[in-house]
Amino acid sequence: MKERRSYLGGLLHGINTLLTGMKVTGREFFTPKVTEQYPENRATLEISPRFRGRLTMPVDAEGNNKCIACGLCQMACPNDTIHITSETILDESTGKKKKVLVKYEYDLGACMFCQLCVNACPHHAIEFSTEFENAVFDRNTLVQTLNKK
Amino acid sequence: MFDFSIVTQWIHSLLTSFLPEEVAVFIECVAIGVCILLGYAIIAIIMIFMERKVCAAFQCRLGPMRVGPWGTIQVFADVFKMLIKEIIAIRHSDKFLYNLAPYIVILASILAFSCLPFSKGMEVLDFNVGIFFLMAASSIGVVGILLAGWSSNNKYSLIGAMRSGAQMISYELSTSLSLLTIIVLTDTMQFSEIVERQADGWFLFKGHIPAFIAFVIYLIAGNAEVNRGPFDLPEAESELTAGYHTEYSGMHFGLFYVAEFVNLFIIAGVAATIFLGGWMPLHIPGLDGFNTIMDYIPGFVWFFGKAFFVVWILMWFKWTFPRLRIDQILTLEWKYLVPIGLLNLLLMVIIVVFDLHF
Repeated sequence: MKERRSYLGGLLHGINTLLTGMKVTGREFFTPKVTEQYPENRATLEISPRFRGRLTMPVDAEGNNKCIACGLCQMACPNDTIHITSETILDESTGKKKKVLVKYEYDLGACMFCQLCVNACPHHAIEFSTEFENAVFDRNTLVQTLNKK
Repeated sequence: MFDFSIVTQWIHSLLTSFLPEEVAVFIECVAIGVCILLGYAIIAIIMIFMERKVCAAFQCRLGPMRVGPWGTIQVFADVFKMLIKEIIAIRHSDKFLYNLAPYIVILASILAFSCLPFSKGMEVLDFNVGIFFLMAASSIGVVGILLAGWSSNNKYSLIGAMRSGAQMISYELSTSLSLLTIIVLTDTMQFSEIVERQADGWFLFKGHIPAFIAFVIYLIAGNAEVNRGPFDLPEAESELTAGYHTEYSGMHFGLFYVAEFVNLFIIAGVAATIFLGGWMPLHIPGLDGFNTIMDYIPGFVWFFGKAFFVVWILMWFKWTFPRLRIDQILTLEWKYLVPIGLLNLLLMVIIVVFDLHF
């Protein structure tokens, strides 16, 4: 609901809002600029942490990843970018059957960086890194195996 | 303070020593014309570079950085590109008016430009109705814009030109009223006289409240008159492609573009001359030591410093406020600026009559 203002009230309100806007942009004028001079500043380049560069599977100190080969990421992917090969082994400590990951294949060339796989993962086993220089000479090298072991 | 008229007097006496008076005057006129055009081009290049850098800074960017150190050669590259582009003749357009329009715009702009006093004794057109002449000359520009819109045979151009005409003619009123407020205080219209009378304090301080209101009104109306900032709806990119110069290409478009930027500088230069003392250094009455130090800074440094400061303020407006609708523009002018300007003029008359100014 728009309230009615008198002539002078409206004038003063207008001047006030204009000055508020000028204060905002005036502050912006003197803040450090966000532009990255990319090829020159490769060493000091700062990329926003939420940038989706390529899919990675982080490992802990012993080199173990958190993947349980549930296949939710594979099902979430709209482009069939992810292919999981798993096998069922008998866990000696509990004596139960357990599904383990054999090969986690990720096709960077087909990925559209929607992040649905990362959101689907129940164990935060995969995430997007900010590495963005993805160009290669052969498209076969775009198909990567993410689990190193 | 160095008086530039010594140089011009010396050139004149040198030329008349071996040439008849008429020939000498003719040569001087040509030389001054060339100087004005050169200065015009240089100011345009500086203004375009400044616009891009200031706009970038307000948007938290760096602006052009690649061509030359800090992107300084970028504008020259742009100008060169503009010069070698083809001037396309539009079918079914009014060929004569279509080609004439950019020259009318640039003519008005150059006439107004040559009125500015750059330094002591460095005025090209300086006579007793200087401000009147400047207002008259700069309003020729609207004719060029209307012609450009009409002759292009394009509805966007025509709508843009009509909006521009309505806007420029309306805001001419506010600019004149605010300049009139200061003329009441100075009782002269000659630019050199106006600057001389600000030796003991700029008019913004001497005229205090009404001068400040007039300054603000002048900045708003001036910004509207050069079709910039929040008042850029004659060339509103998102709705009218480019307004009145949609159909122009090559250097004809370049002339409109350059005229727009130099008009902005002229508005700023006039504001600096009338309100901020032009080339007159900052003098505080009573502090003689301070005043002599200030006098060592040359006049053109003061003038360009003040003018570019005002340009910066106008760019601040432009990159802060969203574009107004045509009805909002006319409301602002006829319901706010004109009545306030008239009341302000009355206030200034009262202050001058009762000698309440400094």
